[in-house]
Amino acid sequence: MDKFILKYFNLIRTIIAVAIGITISVFIIYVMSETPGLTLRTFLLGPFLSKSRVANIIESASPVIFCGLAIAVAFQAEQFNIGAEGALFIGATVGTAFAVSTHLPIFIHIPLTLLVAGIVGACWSFIPGILKAKWEASELISSLMLNYVAYFLGLYLINYHFRDKGAGYLVSYKLPETAWLNQFIGGTRIHWGIILSLTFAFLVYYFLYHTTLGYEIRTTGFNLRFAKFGGINVFKIIILSQVISGFIAGLGGMTEVMGIHRRFNWQLSPGYGWDGIVVAIIGRNHPLLIIVASLFLSYLSIGGQVLNLLTDIPSEIIVVIQSIIILLITAEAFLSQWKYRITVREAAKKEVAYEPTS
Amino acid sequence: MEKILEVKGILKIYPNGVIANKDVSVDIEKNTIHAIVGENGAGKTTLMKVIFGITQPQEGEVFYKGEKINLKSPHDAIEIGIGMVHQHLMLAPDLTTAENMVLGIEPLRGKIFLNIDKAFEVTKKVSQDYGFDIPIDKKIKDLPIGIRQRVEILKALFRNAELLILDEPTTFLTPQEIDVLFNTLKDLKNHGKTIIFISHKLKEVKQIADRITVMSDAKIVTTKEASELTEHDIAYLMVGRDISFERISPPEKMGKPLLSVQNISYINDENVKLLNNVSFDIRESEILGLAGVEGNGQSELIKIITGLLKASEGNIYIKGESIKGLSPRVIREMGIAHIPEDRMGYGVADKTSLEENFIVDRYYKSPFSKIFRLIWKYITNHSRKLIEQFKILTLSSKTTVSSLSGGNIQKVVVARELSSEHEILIAAQPTRGIDVGSEEHVHNLLKNTRDAGKAIFLISADLDEILKLSTRIIVIYNGEIVAEFTDVPKISGKYLGPYMLGVKKQEAAVG
Ligand SMILES: Nc1ncnc2c1ncn2[C@@H]1O[C@H](COP(=O)(O)OP(=O)(O)OP(=O)(O)O)[C@@H](O)[C@H]1O
Ligand SMILES: [Mg+2]
Repeated sequence: MDKFILKYFNLIRTIIAVAIGITISVFIIYVMSETPGLTLRTFLLGPFLSKSRVANIIESASPVIFCGLAIAVAFQAEQFNIGAEGALFIGATVGTAFAVSTHLPIFIHIPLTLLVAGIVGACWSFIPGILKAKWEASELISSLMLNYVAYFLGLYLINYHFRDKGAGYLVSYKLPETAWLNQFIGGTRIHWGIILSLTFAFLVYYFLYHTTLGYEIRTTGFNLRFAKFGGINVFKIIILSQVISGFIAGLGGMTEVMGIHRRFNWQLSPGYGWDGIVVAIIGRNHPLLIIVASLFLSYLSIGGQVLNLLTDIPSEIIVVIQSIIILLITAEAFLSQWKYRITVREAAKKEVAYEPTS
Repeated sequence: MEKILEVKGILKIYPNGVIANKDVSVDIEKNTIHAIVGENGAGKTTLMKVIFGITQPQEGEVFYKGEKINLKSPHDAIEIGIGMVHQHLMLAPDLTTAENMVLGIEPLRGKIFLNIDKAFEVTKKVSQDYGFDIPIDKKIKDLPIGIRQRVEILKALFRNAELLILDEPTTFLTPQEIDVLFNTLKDLKNHGKTIIFISHKLKEVKQIADRITVMSDAKIVTTKEASELTEHDIAYLMVGRDISFERISPPEKMGKPLLSVQNISYINDENVKLLNNVSFDIRESEILGLAGVEGNGQSELIKIITGLLKASEGNIYIKGESIKGLSPRVIREMGIAHIPEDRMGYGVADKTSLEENFIVDRYYKSPFSKIFRLIWKYITNHSRKLIEQFKILTLSSKTTVSSLSGGNIQKVVVARELSSEHEILIAAQPTRGIDVGSEEHVHNLLKNTRDAGKAIFLISADLDEILKLSTRIIVIYNGEIVAEFTDVPKISGKYLGPYMLGVKKQEAAVG
């Protein structure tokens, strides 16, 4: 048992953090709601009660996975680029513009549109990258500011140049069908973009842990001076890690447009980039954990929406849970004493001072 | 004799399961200098951390002045009069020297604000009192490691501890500074203070300690009066075999120059000339020793040779080819390996595994990777071999470097650099912080490297090391080469001293 706990300690820790977060919100619901039983059931089980809601969870996880991956790549290089939101927005707007103004066969139109969105996102994130590499300007600040620039620039592009005046509200023209990502499960909006986001998670995982460039990125993140000393071109890595981040976010944004609405209809910044930061933190920048974290976050927010519709509790409750979980997960000390006691028990059992590996 | 500190039956197991102290009991007598020696990873630092309240043991008791104490943090320790100088320096990098000096006991202005003038004043006074020169208003992170160590020592002295723990305080100090420190310590002892002193330099231990405790493999081997033990005895107790302190024999014959440094000058951002027209060659099968008081341009010189810093003037040739404008990677590929002086800053990424630390200069080459794919199986095997060959004490090759003892971290660096394909080795303080047994091991490796026809540039603050290994010695002072000695067996440390301090200078000393 002890050995099991030690091996999966981080996972167990995360689960406990989640459990505590949920317990606290259960408590809050009990205090606040007139019909606590119903509310609780709606909140915890509601998201699973219909096919379309389960589908909803999966649908809304997809862009968050993309953004989580984007953030993780930059964070692993210790580049605190939080510009996934901006890269996603600008990537999706320019991608939309490209898609509606071209006529191509489907097997070219789809990949090309995604590529355009990705490249635009990459270029966008290149800005904080180069500012950091050349002049040591904080990428945190510049990427944050650029999120707003992206937002207004993107809206301008859509509202003034690609607005569908016939639609009656502020949206772009509909994408030609050759640029649609197919929804392949009847009665839901689950589309190929989701498969793509999962594929990307595996790709990014492989990239970070099994390729030389991934090693360079992580090593730069661990100790920049060490990386330099070992001959890694850290100038390149600082920029590249952010460019890759922007690419993933931009592409991710476009899948959303191509798969769900088939036109650009965000008048507010959708916030996936911010959720991406949350899941990157919960998943400790690990691509595969980011999938799980995104699904979980998405489950919570669907639960929140159902809550809003059916009960007297506002959906903001999920923000409370989120914050508690993040706090617990990022607090290094949380449960470390417990782990320590188990380790000691194990070590004492063995009673041998350890020897160097052979 | 009155005991100031009694440690009884300490068992310390780290969160990763390493048993670092086992049934450790030792008495420290008041008014003595008590040395603790032992191999890397023997558990010395751990014991000190227990005494200082940084970490709590699973079993055992500590008595201070006859009373049982239960320290929860270093703060508690300072409170009751215990001070400590840490092996891996613990200063706030973003604060200035003076701010670090008064950290926790800040002189205040109007009860809230730091009185910075006062902080400067006391810092200046402390530095004069104890004869250690330090800049008072520079940020710690901008200072070379030698100066940081001085600051850390002064900080501990300034707090006026009854019991002062010094964990390898001399690793980054010059011989002169060590003398100053030792005088200070003796002075403190005469004023009734007690000192625990850890060092791998047995000469120092003999020179200053009244009593000596030897640790090995998490346990206490013995505690004896210093007068009962010779350096050889201590070494024997530590590693269980005899250690040679003899100079190594000179090379049979030397070949053509591999590294040629020509008229290098360097002027820093603040317009200070740190290197002035430095020139020398190192030939195949030659070990060139660079003697000098730390901070006389050595760090800059090393960084320029390895491509981490650009020279203002002059040029460097590797096997006849200029390295001007080339990146550290290309320079390494031309045949340079580099053991850096600042092991935690440049030598390792301590938050990741030994494996990832071993490959930083070779991950992109076959068979470590193919095209762009890392071959982890090969890397793991490679790492295991290095761990075995260099006798690195670690749980596995996947262990995080930060959980190794100081000396074992140094071995990680040495293992990587010596195993790289190189023809020229820049070895800056190669045995800093490693125990006598491993030191002998590294020295033998350096000798083998030399005998394999490679050129070695040895930079060391330890004159004995320079004298033991070098084929030829040059002395640097204030950024200039002031002397050169080709007949190494004839000279002694005393002879080099005046040159290192800039008192003497050879005319036309350039080699
Ligand atoms: N924070 C830590 N976590 C896990 N293991 C540790 C930690 N610190 C030290 N150890 C392990 O405990 C053992 C004793 O380490 P310690 O630092 O006390 O050795 P030391 O005698 O001071 O060695 P050195 O002379 O190299 O400084 C080592 O094997 C080391 O790997
Ligand atoms: Mg130590």
